[in-house]
Amino acid sequence: MTERDPCERCEELMQDFLDRTLTDVEWREAETHLAGCDYCRRRYRFEETLRRYVKLSAAERMPPGLMAKLEELRGLDAMA
Amino acid sequence: MSEPEPAVDARRIAAEARSRVRFEEEALELADQVYRVARRLVGSREEAEDLVQETYARAFRSWRSYTPGTNMRAWLLRILTNLNVDRGRRIQRTPPIQPLEESDYYLANKLASSAGEAALDQEQVVERLSQDSIVHALADIQPQFRDVVVLVDIGDFSYADAAEILDIPMGTVMSRLHRGRRALKQKLAEETIA
Repeated sequence: MTERDPCERCEELMQDFLDRTLTDVEWREAETHLAGCDYCRRRYRFEETLRRYVKLSAAERMPPGLMAKLEELRGLDAMA
Repeated sequence: MSEPEPAVDARRIAAEARSRVRFEEEALELADQVYRVARRLVGSREEAEDLVQETYARAFRSWRSYTPGTNMRAWLLRILTNLNVDRGRRIQRTPPIQPLEESDYYLANKLASSAGEAALDQEQVVERLSQDSIVHALADIQPQFRDVVVLVDIGDFSYADAAEILDIPMGTVMSRLHRGRRALKQKLAEETIA
């Protein structure tokens, strides 16, 4: 049996680790590897940063004027 | 002795009018959040504005089908994503062929090999990846993957909500989310690292 590259395995667990959807066994597996692997730790931290940054970058406020248009739609009713 | 019918009717009508006003107010409070998601599901600000207006028009017309106390934001987004599909906006934007995305460390490895491991530190990430490049990369992902990434990572919806909104199984949400995030990182790597 060939031993799997532990960093490759850690990479596989990353998204679920950050989403907190790993099983307890997988969680411990990732934590144990991360504790001793700077390479993976950096990549996990990078992923966290990236997710926050994507969210921030994608946020665009509602254009001015749209709220007034939505307000005008009030009272629309199929029964009316 | 029961009350005369007109009085009962008047009270029922007044109660219904109050529920409708409450519904409308609650829905309008969510408009900014609905717009944020809409903006990333379609290609332009104008399309997003249209889509949000259509969504609210439909929501206000069918307010009786909303169950008070349930997740209204998810309910509105379900209307919005259905309208988006109906209008065929996503089809026009679908590229014909999408290569398989790279693995999860792909972008990090690319950055590290072009600028060293320190390129992965927080301050450097912000410096190396522009907000514009992220918006472009997101717009470039295949719609079926983008929808899930936008709902979960930008709209903060749970897997279960995303599954309900898109009417797909939760397992599909998870696999599309994973693939969508990888595709996003691949696009970012293409855009930002020559």
